[in-house]
Amino acid sequence: MIPTDIPPPLDVDPARRIFGLETEFGLHLDSAAARAVTPEEVAGHLFHSVVQWGRSSNVFLTNGSRLYIDVGAHPEYATAECDTLTDLIAMDKAGERIVQDLVAGGEERLRAAGVEGEIHLYKNNTDSAGNSYGCHENYLVRRRADFKAFASALLPFLVTRQIATGAGCITRTPQGAHYSFSPRADHMWEGLSSATTRSRPMINTRDEPHANAELYRRMHVIVGDSTMAEPTTLLKVGATDLILRIMEARAVLPELALAREMQAIRDVAHDLTGKATVELEDGRRLTAVEVQQTYLDLVRSHLDGVIERTEEVDAILDLWQRGVDAVRTQDFTLVETELDWAIKHRLITRYRDRLGCDLADPRLARLELAFHDVSPERGLFAKLQAQGLVRRIVPEDAIVAAMSRAPETTRARLRGEFVTRALESGRDFTVDWVHLKIAGSSGTTVLLKDPFRSEDARVDALLDALATA
Amino acid sequence: MAQLNAQGQPYEDETPEPEAPAPASQASGDALDDLLAEIDGSLQVNAEQFVRSFVQKGGQ
Repeated sequence: MIPTDIPPPLDVDPARRIFGLETEFGLHLDSAAARAVTPEEVAGHLFHSVVQWGRSSNVFLTNGSRLYIDVGAHPEYATAECDTLTDLIAMDKAGERIVQDLVAGGEERLRAAGVEGEIHLYKNNTDSAGNSYGCHENYLVRRRADFKAFASALLPFLVTRQIATGAGCITRTPQGAHYSFSPRADHMWEGLSSATTRSRPMINTRDEPHANAELYRRMHVIVGDSTMAEPTTLLKVGATDLILRIMEARAVLPELALAREMQAIRDVAHDLTGKATVELEDGRRLTAVEVQQTYLDLVRSHLDGVIERTEEVDAILDLWQRGVDAVRTQDFTLVETELDWAIKHRLITRYRDRLGCDLADPRLARLELAFHDVSPERGLFAKLQAQGLVRRIVPEDAIVAAMSRAPETTRARLRGEFVTRALESGRDFTVDWVHLKIAGSSGTTVLLKDPFRSEDARVDALLDALATA
Repeated sequence: MAQLNAQGQPYEDETPEPEAPAPASQASGDALDDLLAEIDGSLQVNAEQFVRSFVQKGGQ
Protein backbone atom coordinates (compact mmCIF):
# COMPACT_ATOMS: atom_id res chain seq x y z
CA MET A 1 0.00 0.00 0.00
CA ILE A 2 1.42 3.33 -0.97
CA PRO A 3 0.96 6.04 1.66
CA THR A 4 -0.97 8.96 0.27
CA ASP A 5 -0.25 11.49 2.99
CA ILE A 6 1.55 14.41 1.46
CA PRO A 7 4.25 15.48 3.91
CA PRO A 8 4.12 19.13 5.02
CA PRO A 9 6.52 21.54 3.33
CA LEU A 10 9.95 21.63 4.95
CA ASP A 11 10.93 24.69 6.91
CA VAL A 12 13.81 25.93 4.78
CA ASP A 13 16.68 28.28 5.62
CA PRO A 14 16.21 31.43 3.48
CA ALA A 15 19.78 31.08 2.20
CA ARG A 16 18.93 27.73 0.68
CA ARG A 17 17.68 27.95 -2.88
CA ILE A 18 16.79 25.60 -5.69
CA PHE A 19 18.68 26.31 -8.92
CA GLY A 20 18.32 24.91 -12.39
CA LEU A 21 19.86 25.61 -15.79
CA GLU A 22 18.23 24.84 -19.14
CA THR A 23 20.50 24.78 -22.16
CA GLU A 24 19.42 24.70 -25.79
CA PHE A 25 22.29 23.37 -27.89
CA GLY A 26 23.00 24.45 -31.44
CA LEU A 27 22.80 21.42 -33.74
CA HIS A 28 24.98 21.48 -36.85
CA LEU A 29 25.39 18.78 -39.47
CA ASP A 30 28.61 19.38 -41.37
CA SER A 31 28.16 17.35 -44.53
CA ALA A 32 28.31 17.76 -48.29
CA ALA A 33 24.85 16.19 -48.26
CA ALA A 34 23.50 18.36 -45.44
CA ARG A 35 20.71 19.71 -47.62
CA ALA A 36 19.27 16.22 -48.03
CA VAL A 37 18.15 16.18 -44.38
CA THR A 38 16.18 18.66 -42.32
CA PRO A 39 17.34 19.78 -38.86
CA GLU A 40 14.36 17.86 -37.44
CA GLU A 41 15.61 14.68 -39.09
CA VAL A 42 19.12 15.22 -37.76
CA ALA A 43 17.69 15.73 -34.28
CA GLY A 44 15.63 12.56 -34.74
CA HIS A 45 18.72 10.53 -35.61
CA LEU A 46 20.61 12.07 -32.70
CA PHE A 47 17.84 11.09 -30.28
CA HIS A 48 17.27 7.62 -31.72
CA SER A 49 18.96 5.84 -28.79
CA VAL A 50 17.03 8.00 -26.31
CA VAL A 51 13.73 7.00 -27.91
CA GLN A 52 14.87 3.36 -27.80
CA TRP A 53 15.14 3.29 -24.01
CA GLY A 54 12.78 6.12 -23.10
CA ARG A 55 10.06 5.58 -25.74
CA SER A 56 10.06 9.31 -26.29
CA SER A 57 12.38 12.11 -27.31
CA ASN A 58 11.35 13.87 -24.11
CA VAL A 59 12.74 11.99 -21.13
CA PHE A 60 13.89 12.33 -17.56
CA LEU A 61 17.28 10.76 -16.87
CA THR A 62 18.62 8.77 -13.95
CA ASN A 63 20.40 11.95 -12.80
CA GLY A 64 17.00 13.62 -12.40
CA SER A 65 17.51 15.97 -15.35
CA ARG A 66 15.35 16.34 -18.46
CA LEU A 67 16.54 15.77 -22.02
CA TYR A 68 14.41 16.60 -25.04
CA ILE A 69 14.14 18.16 -28.47
CA ASP A 70 12.86 21.71 -28.16
CA VAL A 71 11.34 24.23 -30.57
CA GLY A 72 13.62 24.61 -33.59
CA ALA A 73 15.12 21.09 -33.37
CA HIS A 74 17.43 22.09 -30.54
CA PRO A 75 18.53 19.35 -28.18
CA GLU A 76 17.77 20.75 -24.74
CA TYR A 77 19.02 19.65 -21.35
CA ALA A 78 17.43 20.95 -18.16
CA THR A 79 19.41 20.18 -15.02
CA ALA A 80 17.82 18.52 -12.05
CA GLU A 81 17.04 20.71 -9.05
CA CYS A 82 20.26 21.64 -7.26
CA ASP A 83 20.63 23.46 -3.96
CA THR A 84 24.35 24.13 -4.23
CA LEU A 85 26.27 25.90 -6.98
CA THR A 86 28.84 23.12 -7.26
CA ASP A 87 26.08 20.55 -7.81
CA LEU A 88 24.60 22.86 -10.44
CA ILE A 89 27.88 23.27 -12.29
CA ALA A 90 28.50 19.50 -12.17
CA MET A 91 24.96 18.83 -13.49
CA ASP A 92 25.37 21.45 -16.23
CA LYS A 93 28.72 20.06 -17.37
CA ALA A 94 27.31 16.52 -17.19
CA GLY A 95 24.60 17.65 -19.62
CA GLU A 96 27.20 18.66 -22.21
CA ARG A 97 28.64 15.16 -22.08
CA ILE A 98 25.23 13.48 -22.15
CA VAL A 99 24.28 15.23 -25.40
CA GLN A 100 27.75 14.73 -26.86
CA ASP A 101 27.43 11.00 -26.16
CA LEU A 102 24.51 10.91 -28.61
CA VAL A 103 26.63 12.17 -31.50
CA ALA A 104 28.35 8.95 -32.57
CA GLY A 105 25.03 7.08 -32.76
CA GLY A 106 23.41 9.93 -34.66
CA GLU A 107 26.24 10.00 -37.22
CA GLU A 108 25.99 6.25 -37.64
CA ARG A 109 22.28 6.46 -38.41
CA LEU A 110 22.87 9.31 -40.86
CA ARG A 111 25.54 7.25 -42.58
CA ALA A 112 23.10 4.36 -42.88
CA ALA A 113 20.69 6.81 -44.50
CA GLY A 114 23.39 7.78 -47.00
CA VAL A 115 24.49 11.02 -45.34
CA GLU A 116 28.17 11.08 -44.48
CA GLY A 117 29.05 13.88 -42.08
CA GLU A 118 29.83 15.15 -38.64
CA ILE A 119 27.32 16.35 -36.08
CA HIS A 120 28.48 19.26 -33.96
CA LEU A 121 26.70 20.42 -30.82
CA TYR A 122 27.39 23.96 -29.68
CA LYS A 123 26.70 25.35 -26.25
CA ASN A 124 26.21 28.85 -27.63
CA ASN A 125 23.32 31.19 -28.36
CA THR A 126 23.34 32.12 -32.05
CA ASP A 127 23.70 30.47 -35.43
CA SER A 128 25.33 32.09 -38.45
CA ALA A 129 22.00 33.45 -39.73
CA GLY A 130 21.40 35.35 -36.50
CA ASN A 131 18.80 33.04 -34.95
CA SER A 132 19.04 32.89 -31.18
CA TYR A 133 18.33 30.22 -28.62
CA GLY A 134 18.75 30.39 -24.92
CA CYS A 135 20.23 29.35 -21.66
CA HIS A 136 17.56 29.73 -19.01
CA GLU A 137 18.36 30.14 -15.34
CA ASN A 138 15.82 29.11 -12.74
CA TYR A 139 15.84 30.44 -9.20
CA LEU A 140 13.16 29.29 -6.79
CA VAL A 141 11.95 32.32 -4.83
CA ARG A 142 9.41 32.69 -2.05
CA ARG A 143 6.03 33.75 -3.40
CA ARG A 144 5.03 37.35 -2.89
CA ALA A 145 2.16 39.51 -4.03
CA ASP A 146 4.38 42.06 -5.78
CA PHE A 147 6.23 39.62 -8.04
CA LYS A 148 6.31 41.90 -11.09
CA ALA A 149 7.87 44.77 -9.15
CA PHE A 150 10.24 42.30 -7.52
CA ALA A 151 11.32 40.93 -10.91
CA SER A 152 11.63 44.41 -12.42
CA ALA A 153 14.02 45.39 -9.66
CA LEU A 154 16.43 42.74 -10.93
CA LEU A 155 16.62 44.19 -14.46
CA PRO A 156 19.41 46.78 -13.96
CA PHE A 157 21.55 43.97 -12.58
CA LEU A 158 20.72 41.63 -15.47
CA VAL A 159 21.31 44.31 -18.12
CA THR A 160 24.82 45.04 -16.82
CA ARG A 161 26.10 41.71 -15.49
CA GLN A 162 27.16 40.73 -19.03
CA ILE A 163 30.42 42.69 -18.55
CA ALA A 164 31.38 39.90 -16.16
CA THR A 165 29.32 36.89 -17.19
CA GLY A 166 28.77 37.40 -20.92
CA ALA A 167 30.00 34.72 -23.31
CA GLY A 168 31.62 37.26 -25.62
CA CYS A 169 31.25 37.18 -29.41
CA ILE A 170 32.33 38.76 -32.65
CA THR A 171 29.53 41.00 -33.90
CA ARG A 172 29.45 41.58 -37.65
CA THR A 173 27.86 44.72 -39.04
CA PRO A 174 27.91 46.37 -42.46
CA GLN A 175 30.49 48.75 -40.98
CA GLY A 176 32.80 45.92 -39.93
CA ALA A 177 33.25 43.56 -37.03
CA HIS A 178 33.84 44.19 -33.34
CA TYR A 179 33.98 42.15 -30.18
CA SER A 180 30.95 42.31 -27.85
CA PHE A 181 30.26 41.08 -24.33
CA SER A 182 27.09 39.13 -25.03
CA PRO A 183 25.65 37.36 -28.09
CA ARG A 184 22.25 37.24 -26.42
CA ALA A 185 21.90 40.97 -25.76
CA ASP A 186 20.81 41.88 -29.30
CA HIS A 187 17.97 39.37 -29.13
CA MET A 188 16.15 40.85 -26.13
CA TRP A 189 12.98 42.78 -26.78
CA GLU A 190 11.29 43.23 -23.40
CA GLY A 191 12.01 43.35 -19.70
CA LEU A 192 9.28 41.06 -18.44
CA SER A 193 6.77 38.93 -20.29
CA SER A 194 5.03 35.60 -20.03
CA ALA A 195 5.86 34.76 -23.66
CA THR A 196 9.24 33.49 -24.84
CA THR A 197 9.63 32.76 -28.54
CA ARG A 198 7.28 35.56 -29.59
CA SER A 199 8.69 38.40 -27.53
CA ARG A 200 11.96 37.33 -25.84
CA PRO A 201 11.90 39.02 -22.47
CA MET A 202 14.82 39.09 -20.02
CA ILE A 203 12.66 37.48 -17.36
CA ASN A 204 9.83 35.15 -18.25
CA THR A 205 7.01 35.70 -15.77
CA ARG A 206 4.95 32.63 -16.60
CA ASP A 207 3.82 31.35 -13.21
CA GLU A 208 5.12 27.81 -13.30
CA PRO A 209 6.84 27.03 -10.00
CA HIS A 210 7.00 23.22 -10.36
CA ALA A 211 6.49 23.35 -6.60
CA ASN A 212 3.95 24.29 -3.95
CA ALA A 213 2.43 27.39 -5.56
CA GLU A 214 1.31 28.83 -2.25
CA LEU A 215 4.90 29.08 -1.10
CA TYR A 216 7.06 29.42 -4.18
CA ARG A 217 7.52 31.03 -7.53
CA ARG A 218 10.14 30.52 -10.15
CA MET A 219 12.34 33.39 -11.27
CA HIS A 220 12.95 32.36 -14.86
CA VAL A 221 15.84 34.43 -16.22
CA ILE A 222 16.30 34.03 -19.97
CA VAL A 223 18.62 36.90 -20.80
CA GLY A 224 21.87 35.09 -19.96
CA ASP A 225 24.40 33.56 -22.31
CA SER A 226 25.25 29.88 -22.23
CA THR A 227 28.54 29.70 -20.37
CA MET A 228 31.38 27.26 -20.93
CA ALA A 229 33.87 27.98 -18.13
CA GLU A 230 32.87 26.70 -14.70
CA PRO A 231 33.89 29.95 -12.94
CA THR A 232 31.67 31.94 -15.34
CA THR A 233 28.68 29.77 -14.46
CA LEU A 234 29.54 30.13 -10.77
CA LEU A 235 29.53 33.91 -11.09
CA LYS A 236 26.46 34.11 -13.35
CA VAL A 237 24.27 32.11 -11.00
CA GLY A 238 26.08 32.93 -7.75
CA ALA A 239 25.96 36.72 -8.09
CA THR A 240 22.33 36.61 -9.19
CA ASP A 241 21.50 34.47 -6.16
CA LEU A 242 23.22 36.95 -3.82
CA ILE A 243 21.20 39.86 -5.24
CA LEU A 244 17.99 37.81 -4.94
CA ARG A 245 18.79 37.00 -1.31
CA ILE A 246 19.07 40.71 -0.52
CA MET A 247 15.85 41.42 -2.39
CA GLU A 248 14.05 38.59 -0.62
CA ALA A 249 15.18 39.98 2.74
CA ARG A 250 13.38 43.17 1.67
CA ALA A 251 16.51 45.22 2.18
CA VAL A 252 16.72 48.65 0.59
CA LEU A 253 18.07 48.49 -2.95
CA PRO A 254 20.04 51.24 -4.69
CA GLU A 255 17.98 53.34 -7.12
CA LEU A 256 19.16 51.99 -10.46
CA ALA A 257 15.97 51.60 -12.50
CA LEU A 258 16.87 52.05 -16.17
CA ALA A 259 15.07 54.42 -18.52
CA ARG A 260 15.35 52.17 -21.59
CA GLU A 261 16.45 48.64 -20.84
CA MET A 262 16.55 47.39 -24.44
CA GLN A 263 18.77 50.25 -25.53
CA ALA A 264 20.91 49.84 -22.42
CA ILE A 265 21.57 46.13 -22.87
CA ARG A 266 22.73 46.71 -26.44
CA ASP A 267 24.87 49.73 -25.59
CA VAL A 268 26.61 47.77 -22.82
CA ALA A 269 27.10 44.69 -25.01
CA HIS A 270 28.83 46.57 -27.80
CA ASP A 271 31.25 48.62 -25.74
CA LEU A 272 34.22 46.60 -24.60
CA THR A 273 35.82 49.72 -23.11
CA GLY A 274 33.15 49.83 -20.40
CA LYS A 275 32.73 53.56 -20.93
CA ALA A 276 29.29 53.51 -22.53
CA THR A 277 26.65 54.86 -20.20
CA VAL A 278 23.10 53.76 -19.58
CA GLU A 279 20.34 56.21 -18.73
CA LEU A 280 18.55 55.78 -15.43
CA GLU A 281 14.92 56.65 -14.82
CA ASP A 282 16.07 59.49 -12.57
CA GLY A 283 18.07 61.00 -15.44
CA ARG A 284 21.56 60.01 -14.29
CA ARG A 285 23.90 58.22 -16.67
CA LEU A 286 26.13 55.44 -15.32
CA THR A 287 28.51 52.98 -16.92
CA ALA A 288 27.91 49.25 -16.60
CA VAL A 289 31.06 49.17 -14.47
CA GLU A 290 29.50 51.65 -12.05
CA VAL A 291 26.20 49.80 -11.90
CA GLN A 292 27.91 46.46 -11.26
CA GLN A 293 30.23 47.99 -8.66
CA THR A 294 27.16 49.36 -6.87
CA TYR A 295 25.65 45.87 -6.70
CA LEU A 296 28.94 44.40 -5.59
CA ASP A 297 29.25 46.97 -2.81
CA LEU A 298 25.64 46.27 -1.83
CA VAL A 299 26.39 42.58 -1.40
CA ARG A 300 29.53 43.38 0.61
CA SER A 301 27.48 45.62 2.92
CA HIS A 302 25.25 42.64 3.76
CA LEU A 303 28.04 40.17 4.52
CA ASP A 304 27.53 38.49 7.88
CA GLY A 305 24.05 39.98 7.88
CA VAL A 306 21.60 38.85 5.22
CA ILE A 307 24.44 36.97 3.54
CA GLU A 308 26.44 34.51 5.53
CA ARG A 309 30.08 34.68 4.58
CA THR A 310 31.36 31.40 3.18
CA GLU A 311 34.38 30.43 1.10
CA GLU A 312 32.10 30.19 -1.91
CA VAL A 313 30.63 33.68 -1.33
CA ASP A 314 34.18 35.04 -1.05
CA ALA A 315 35.16 33.30 -4.29
CA ILE A 316 32.14 34.78 -6.09
CA LEU A 317 32.86 38.29 -4.81
CA ASP A 318 36.55 38.00 -5.69
CA LEU A 319 35.83 36.92 -9.27
CA TRP A 320 33.05 39.49 -9.63
CA GLN A 321 35.38 42.28 -8.52
CA ARG A 322 38.14 41.14 -10.86
CA GLY A 323 35.62 40.96 -13.71
CA VAL A 324 34.52 44.53 -13.11
CA ASP A 325 38.15 45.66 -12.66
CA ALA A 326 39.16 43.96 -15.91
CA VAL A 327 36.71 46.12 -17.83
CA ARG A 328 37.46 49.27 -15.86
CA THR A 329 41.24 48.97 -16.29
CA GLN A 330 41.05 47.16 -19.66
CA ASP A 331 43.48 44.60 -18.23
CA PHE A 332 41.69 41.46 -19.41
CA THR A 333 44.42 39.21 -18.01
CA LEU A 334 42.69 39.62 -14.60
CA VAL A 335 40.05 37.10 -15.70
CA GLU A 336 41.49 35.50 -18.84
CA THR A 337 41.22 31.95 -17.51
CA GLU A 338 37.87 32.35 -15.75
CA LEU A 339 35.34 34.47 -17.60
CA ASP A 340 34.07 33.30 -20.98
CA TRP A 341 34.19 36.65 -22.74
CA ALA A 342 37.83 37.20 -21.71
CA ILE A 343 38.90 33.62 -22.46
CA LYS A 344 37.40 33.94 -25.94
CA HIS A 345 38.75 37.41 -26.48
CA ARG A 346 42.26 36.21 -25.76
CA LEU A 347 41.82 33.20 -28.04
CA ILE A 348 40.41 35.22 -30.92
CA THR A 349 42.98 37.98 -30.58
CA ARG A 350 45.85 35.51 -30.60
CA TYR A 351 44.48 33.65 -33.63
CA ARG A 352 43.78 36.87 -35.48
CA ASP A 353 47.37 37.97 -34.90
CA ARG A 354 48.58 34.61 -36.10
CA LEU A 355 46.53 34.84 -39.30
CA GLY A 356 47.06 38.56 -39.76
CA CYS A 357 43.39 38.99 -40.62
CA ASP A 358 40.65 41.26 -39.35
CA LEU A 359 37.83 40.32 -36.98
CA ALA A 360 35.33 39.71 -39.77
CA ASP A 361 37.42 36.83 -41.15
CA PRO A 362 35.33 33.60 -41.34
CA ARG A 363 38.20 31.62 -39.83
CA LEU A 364 37.59 33.49 -36.58
CA ALA A 365 33.88 32.64 -36.74
CA ARG A 366 34.98 29.04 -37.22
CA LEU A 367 37.18 29.38 -34.12
CA GLU A 368 34.19 30.66 -32.13
CA LEU A 369 32.15 27.60 -33.07
CA ALA A 370 35.05 25.35 -32.08
CA PHE A 371 35.17 27.08 -28.68
CA HIS A 372 31.51 26.23 -28.03
CA ASP A 373 31.67 22.72 -29.52
CA VAL A 374 31.10 20.35 -26.58
CA SER A 375 33.05 17.52 -28.21
CA PRO A 376 36.28 16.71 -26.34
CA GLU A 377 37.94 15.81 -29.67
CA ARG A 378 36.53 18.31 -32.16
CA GLY A 379 35.90 21.12 -29.72
CA LEU A 380 38.43 23.57 -28.41
CA PHE A 381 37.13 24.17 -24.91
CA ALA A 382 38.13 20.78 -23.52
CA LYS A 383 41.64 21.32 -24.90
CA LEU A 384 41.87 24.75 -23.26
CA GLN A 385 40.88 23.23 -19.95
CA ALA A 386 43.35 20.37 -20.33
CA GLN A 387 46.13 22.90 -20.96
CA GLY A 388 45.23 24.82 -17.81
CA LEU A 389 44.09 27.80 -19.89
CA VAL A 390 40.65 27.64 -18.29
CA ARG A 391 40.26 27.20 -14.56
CA ARG A 392 38.04 24.45 -13.24
CA ILE A 393 35.96 24.37 -10.08
CA VAL A 394 34.29 20.98 -9.98
CA PRO A 395 36.39 17.79 -9.82
CA GLU A 396 36.26 15.57 -12.89
CA ASP A 397 34.81 12.63 -10.95
CA ALA A 398 31.90 14.79 -9.72
CA ILE A 399 30.98 15.60 -13.33
CA VAL A 400 31.22 11.96 -14.36
CA ALA A 401 29.06 10.96 -11.38
CA ALA A 402 26.51 13.67 -12.23
CA MET A 403 25.93 12.08 -15.63
CA SER A 404 24.02 9.25 -13.95
CA ARG A 405 23.37 10.30 -10.34
CA ALA A 406 21.02 13.01 -9.15
CA PRO A 407 21.92 15.62 -6.52
CA GLU A 408 21.49 14.06 -3.06
CA THR A 409 19.87 16.97 -1.27
CA THR A 410 16.80 17.90 -3.32
CA ARG A 411 13.68 16.35 -4.85
CA ALA A 412 15.89 15.33 -7.78
CA ARG A 413 17.22 12.48 -5.63
CA LEU A 414 13.71 10.98 -5.47
CA ARG A 415 13.15 11.33 -9.20
CA GLY A 416 16.60 9.99 -10.07
CA GLU A 417 16.14 6.96 -7.86
CA PHE A 418 12.69 6.31 -9.29
CA VAL A 419 13.85 6.53 -12.91
CA THR A 420 16.87 4.31 -12.19
CA ARG A 421 14.82 1.59 -10.51
CA ALA A 422 11.94 1.80 -12.96
CA LEU A 423 14.32 1.32 -15.91
CA GLU A 424 15.94 -1.65 -14.13
CA SER A 425 12.53 -3.22 -13.52
CA GLY A 426 11.45 -2.84 -17.13
CA ARG A 427 8.08 -1.47 -16.00
CA ASP A 428 6.40 1.39 -17.80
CA PHE A 429 6.39 4.62 -15.85
CA THR A 430 5.64 8.29 -16.20
CA VAL A 431 7.60 11.07 -14.61
CA ASP A 432 7.85 14.85 -14.75
CA TRP A 433 9.16 17.57 -12.42
CA VAL A 434 6.46 16.96 -9.78
CA HIS A 435 4.94 13.54 -10.53
CA LEU A 436 6.07 9.92 -10.34
CA LYS A 437 3.90 7.03 -11.44
CA ILE A 438 4.27 3.34 -12.26
CA ALA A 439 2.00 2.57 -15.18
CA GLY A 440 -0.85 0.24 -14.33
CA SER A 441 -0.11 0.23 -10.59
CA SER A 442 -3.70 0.94 -9.60
CA GLY A 443 -3.04 4.44 -10.81
CA THR A 444 -1.14 5.79 -7.81
CA THR A 445 0.60 9.03 -8.67
CA VAL A 446 3.04 10.50 -6.18
CA LEU A 447 2.95 14.27 -6.20
CA LEU A 448 6.24 15.89 -5.12
CA LYS A 449 5.47 19.52 -4.44
CA ASP A 450 8.43 20.30 -2.21
CA PRO A 451 11.65 20.62 -4.24
CA PHE A 452 13.71 20.79 -1.02
CA ARG A 453 12.54 17.37 0.18
CA SER A 454 14.95 14.57 -0.69
CA GLU A 455 13.33 11.82 1.36
CA ASP A 456 9.74 10.69 1.13
CA ALA A 457 8.05 7.53 2.44
CA ARG A 458 5.67 7.50 -0.52
CA VAL A 459 8.59 7.25 -2.93
CA ASP A 460 10.17 4.49 -0.82
CA ALA A 461 6.92 2.59 -1.22
CA LEU A 462 6.99 3.14 -4.98
CA LEU A 463 10.55 1.82 -5.11
CA ASP A 464 9.50 -1.23 -3.08
CA ALA A 465 6.65 -1.81 -5.50
CA LEU A 466 9.14 -1.73 -8.39
CA ALA A 467 11.49 -4.13 -6.61
CA THR A 468 8.76 -6.70 -5.95
CA ALA A 469 7.06 -6.49 -9.31
CA MET B 1 43.60 45.63 -43.21
CA ALA B 2 47.28 44.92 -43.82
CA GLN B 3 48.49 44.99 -47.41
CA LEU B 4 49.25 41.65 -48.94
CA ASN B 5 52.23 40.71 -51.05
CA ALA B 6 52.02 38.57 -54.17
CA GLN B 7 51.83 35.39 -52.13
CA GLY B 8 48.83 36.69 -50.24
CA GLN B 9 50.85 37.07 -47.05
CA PRO B 10 51.05 40.31 -45.09
CA TYR B 11 54.24 42.26 -45.73
CA GLU B 12 56.81 41.48 -43.10
CA ASP B 13 56.96 44.99 -41.68
CA GLU B 14 53.20 45.24 -41.47
CA THR B 15 52.75 42.11 -39.42
CA PRO B 16 51.56 43.27 -36.01
CA GLU B 17 54.23 42.94 -33.37
CA PRO B 18 53.21 40.17 -30.99
CA GLU B 19 52.40 41.68 -27.64
CA ALA B 20 55.07 41.06 -25.05
CA PRO B 21 53.24 38.83 -22.60
CA ALA B 22 53.51 39.58 -18.93
CA PRO B 23 55.97 37.20 -17.26
CA ALA B 24 53.21 35.48 -15.31
CA SER B 25 51.26 34.51 -18.40
CA GLN B 26 54.28 33.65 -20.55
CA ALA B 27 53.88 29.93 -20.06
CA SER B 28 50.15 29.92 -20.69
CA GLY B 29 50.68 32.14 -23.74
CA ASP B 30 53.02 29.52 -25.16
CA ALA B 31 50.45 26.82 -24.42
CA LEU B 32 47.82 28.83 -26.26
CA ASP B 33 50.08 29.28 -29.28
CA ASP B 34 50.82 25.56 -29.32
CA LEU B 35 47.12 24.78 -29.19
CA LEU B 36 46.31 27.20 -32.00
CA ALA B 37 49.11 25.71 -34.10
CA GLU B 38 47.65 22.26 -33.48
CA ILE B 39 44.12 23.13 -34.60
CA ASP B 40 45.03 25.70 -37.25
CA GLY B 41 44.91 23.23 -40.14
CA SER B 42 41.46 21.86 -39.35
CA LEU B 43 39.97 25.28 -38.66
CA GLN B 44 41.08 26.69 -41.99
CA VAL B 45 39.46 23.97 -44.12
CA ASN B 46 36.38 25.51 -45.74
CA ALA B 47 35.91 27.77 -42.73
CA GLU B 48 33.45 30.04 -44.48
CA GLN B 49 31.32 27.21 -45.85
CA PHE B 50 31.40 25.46 -42.48
CA VAL B 51 30.18 28.53 -40.62
CA ARG B 52 27.52 29.40 -43.19
CA SER B 53 26.06 25.92 -43.10
CA PHE B 54 25.25 26.26 -39.40
CA VAL B 55 21.72 27.62 -39.53
CA GLN B 56 18.97 26.66 -37.14
CA LYS B 57 15.55 27.88 -36.34
CA GLY B 58 15.41 30.14 -33.33
CA GLY B 59 14.64 28.62 -29.98
CA GLN B 60 13.38 30.30 -26.86
